[in-house]
Amino acid sequence: MTTQDNLLSLHFFLPELIIIGTILVVIIADLILKRQHSNRTAYIAFAGTVGAFIALLLEQVAPRALFFQTIAVDPFGTFFKVIFLIAILFVIAISFKTNELNNYRFGEYYSLILIMLLGMFLMASSIDLIMIYLSLELVSITSYILAGYQKNRARSNEAALKYVIYGGVSTGIMLYGFSILFGLTGTTKIAEIHQVLLASNYSPLTLVVAILFILAGFGYKIASVPFHFWSPDVYEGAPTPITALLSVAPKAAGFAVLIRFFNVTLVGSTTPNMGQWFALGSLPWPQILAAISAMTMFLGNLVAIRQDNIKRMLAYSSIAHAGYILMGAVVLNQQGLFAMMYYLFVYLFMNLGAFLVVIIISNTYGTENIEEYRGLGFKVPYLGVIMTIFMFALTGLPPTGGFVAKFYLFSALINAGSQFYWLAVVGIINSVISFYYYARIVKMMFLQDAPEGLEVKKGHPWMTTVLTLLVIPTLLLGVYWESIATFAQNSLKFF
Amino acid sequence: MQGHLLTWATFLPVIGMAVILLIPSGRKDATKIVAAVATGIQLFVTILLFAGFDRSATGMQFVEQYTWIKTFNIQYFMGIDGLSLPLVILTALLSFIGVFASWNTEKSVKGYFALFLLLDAGMMGVFVSLDFFLFYIFWEVMLLPMYFLIGIWGGPRREYAAIKFFLYTFAGSILMLLAMLALYFAVEPHTFNMLTLMQSNYGHTFQIVVFLALFVGFAIKVPIFPFHTWLPLAHVEAPTAVSVILAGVLLKMGTYGLLRISFPILPEGTVWFAVPMAILGVINIIYGAMCAMAQKDIKKLVAYSSINHMGIVLLGMAAMTKAGMSGAIFQMFNHGTITAMLFLSVGVIYDRAHHREIDGFGGLGVKMPIYTGIVAIAFFAGLGLPGFSGFISEAMTFIGAFPVYTTLTILATLGIILNAGYFLWAFQRIFLGELNEKYADIPEINGREIFTLAPLAVIVIFLGVYPMPILNLFTHAVDKLINVLNYGASMAMF
Repeated sequence: MTTQDNLLSLHFFLPELIIIGTILVVIIADLILKRQHSNRTAYIAFAGTVGAFIALLLEQVAPRALFFQTIAVDPFGTFFKVIFLIAILFVIAISFKTNELNNYRFGEYYSLILIMLLGMFLMASSIDLIMIYLSLELVSITSYILAGYQKNRARSNEAALKYVIYGGVSTGIMLYGFSILFGLTGTTKIAEIHQVLLASNYSPLTLVVAILFILAGFGYKIASVPFHFWSPDVYEGAPTPITALLSVAPKAAGFAVLIRFFNVTLVGSTTPNMGQWFALGSLPWPQILAAISAMTMFLGNLVAIRQDNIKRMLAYSSIAHAGYILMGAVVLNQQGLFAMMYYLFVYLFMNLGAFLVVIIISNTYGTENIEEYRGLGFKVPYLGVIMTIFMFALTGLPPTGGFVAKFYLFSALINAGSQFYWLAVVGIINSVISFYYYARIVKMMFLQDAPEGLEVKKGHPWMTTVLTLLVIPTLLLGVYWESIATFAQNSLKFF
Repeated sequence: MQGHLLTWATFLPVIGMAVILLIPSGRKDATKIVAAVATGIQLFVTILLFAGFDRSATGMQFVEQYTWIKTFNIQYFMGIDGLSLPLVILTALLSFIGVFASWNTEKSVKGYFALFLLLDAGMMGVFVSLDFFLFYIFWEVMLLPMYFLIGIWGGPRREYAAIKFFLYTFAGSILMLLAMLALYFAVEPHTFNMLTLMQSNYGHTFQIVVFLALFVGFAIKVPIFPFHTWLPLAHVEAPTAVSVILAGVLLKMGTYGLLRISFPILPEGTVWFAVPMAILGVINIIYGAMCAMAQKDIKKLVAYSSINHMGIVLLGMAAMTKAGMSGAIFQMFNHGTITAMLFLSVGVIYDRAHHREIDGFGGLGVKMPIYTGIVAIAFFAGLGLPGFSGFISEAMTFIGAFPVYTTLTILATLGIILNAGYFLWAFQRIFLGELNEKYADIPEINGREIFTLAPLAVIVIFLGVYPMPILNLFTHAVDKLINVLNYGASMAMF
């Protein structure tokens, strides 16, 4: 390995370089633009993200490692990068017109979002423990700032502070796990860790402890039990566009890291395969993950029923969704991973969409309380119908993408044999529970009459357009999803 | 159009729905006319199906088969045989009538008819799908409009009724999803094609487990005791036309699912579970009849009579004899028409009196002679009087079930006596005796209402005299099913 390697790597690092360049341009532009015009930096951020997207799609290279084996370029990473890019594009478009951020400068805001994007890109492609940690922190720290971006609002500050504390503890524990793993194996490269673990005599207990500690970090990113405590408060307190972003993109990034880490260190194959999942001794990883998945589903769904603030409800719902997706990780084979990736892709649209409706209602009617959604469905039918579609998609009902995604998860579980039938049944029970609270919103909007004197305000054409762009894929992916399924299937190649 | 009749039958309502959504919400009449035209053409298409159906052929007819999702081997596969054709006709007929029964809807007409048509499409799709995945999609699609139709346009407890209906059926259907996946992975190459699934062999335990999962899913829909508690509530709270669809078509989906999927694919599981099914059927018959007898609300009475009638279907199916099976299928069709008449009649009186207390009326026969006559037909058909279609199917069922489950059949016939009891008693309290002064100037049934009830009355009487047009349709389908089940029984012996 020579220094040349770093320079050569840059060639395959083009999307990330474009993002870095855009960040710098946004910061400089923000200095030049007057305060009231600072929102114009959105154009730059948007253009830069589109540029990175194009660069990513044009990049047709065989899987390879960059920068002294710390970053991998492979179809698996690319799939997740596409998810991040779509999420960021939508969030920029939403933030552009939301009222929540009117009193703040936008330049920093957009550059922070782009830094987060960069961090997620790195998360999805890290193959080195140090790099995993750094990229995870890069995403976390920008998230803290963004969550507290409305610095004059107490709840926003509270969100940021809670987020920092939980994040600090979780990633600290994870780092400790990494250090144990390094002590066991003497390397930070996850591929080499696998080799060393296969060859040497390690104490199973130490490995279990290390992996569990590492799970704390990943679990915190995907908001699974018992590392979920931060998410309701942060989701409620953060500016809603950021909440929307946090609920899809960093979660997907967390899953990307989790899948890659488990697949490479514990299974160690470029094409995942169930049989080898058990290769590393008597450690019951699938059972541990299954237990976490079941608890996450139950907790998220049961607590969501009691919420009155819609952002909190969606926060718990997103915890529950992390549980569903983990069902795929339990069967760490082609099908399970495919189902997870497909789910994350669909989840991106349906959850962003649900949050966008929340933003629109909060901007025009000034409420985040579910009770105050009363009768809105009849007053504003377009919004009501679309919200209904998103709620049913999140429940997993056909003909929406949410159904197909859940269908794939269940099919992976059933195909894995009778040992995980119980988890499938837990998944069913939870889907039914989840309908109860999703339907509550629908019920408020349609089944109850609007209070006297509710004024219908004109919707914003920009937001309506963005909303339509989110609802189309949600429905389309429930009717015809072959091409996306093939894309996800072909992305199951790891470096 | 000739080649794609089933697709047309299924998606015509969807086209109607799209047109309705484009009509400005003020144009109420235009909306209703579009709905009537869409369901009318659909009914015409199903009549074409009925006319073109080859009664001597054994296989599926009007087949349409295309690849949908190649990577998971999901097909767009439709076709009908004698088992599904009566229900296809029933669906189209009741949907068409339902549009007219909802003519006086005031609250957001556009939304109502759009959802009604979507419901129609979902039901039709269930009966014509031969790919399990497609079947499941239609099965679920139908839930959503039903939730709203009960929840928005229903009675005072509509919200509770809607959510209870949804949670019950959703739990059942998602269990069915797991069973479906288990079947999918059990055959090589993996497929959802029902015909292929029928030709494969499965292990004994596998059959039992999958059968039970499917059974719960279907039982909730039928509904079979103890999964029936959503039914009285939903039927009572739903608006008239929706009650008609609920009782007339939706309940049939459960028994249709058993006959189309569980029985032929899992014959060993079926044979293993036949006796419990027969017992559940008899419980349905007696329990339904007794609950009906105790009701003060006439709509609830009709709702419980549905539980009773579906028990007869279940008993006939569980007998697995030719007469029993044919009786069951015929009973499915007849219950659809009879219960539709019953609910429509209840709707007529509710629209005038705004309550449904059986004891709150009296002597209406004097003021509403035509209406009384029609209700008499419906009630007599409902209690299984000879001369009406219900009698033939019930008799066939009991004849078929008697040699197999003698004691149970005797018990079941006792339930039928109770039927006569509550129907006649209710009839007496509402129409006979002294006229309740409150209803001295109650208006007679109007032309639109007669238009919804008369076709059904004609069918009920005609089939009671000459049932062959319907019975002819499914002789081969029943033979085939019995062969499969006999094979299953012989396998279970070893």
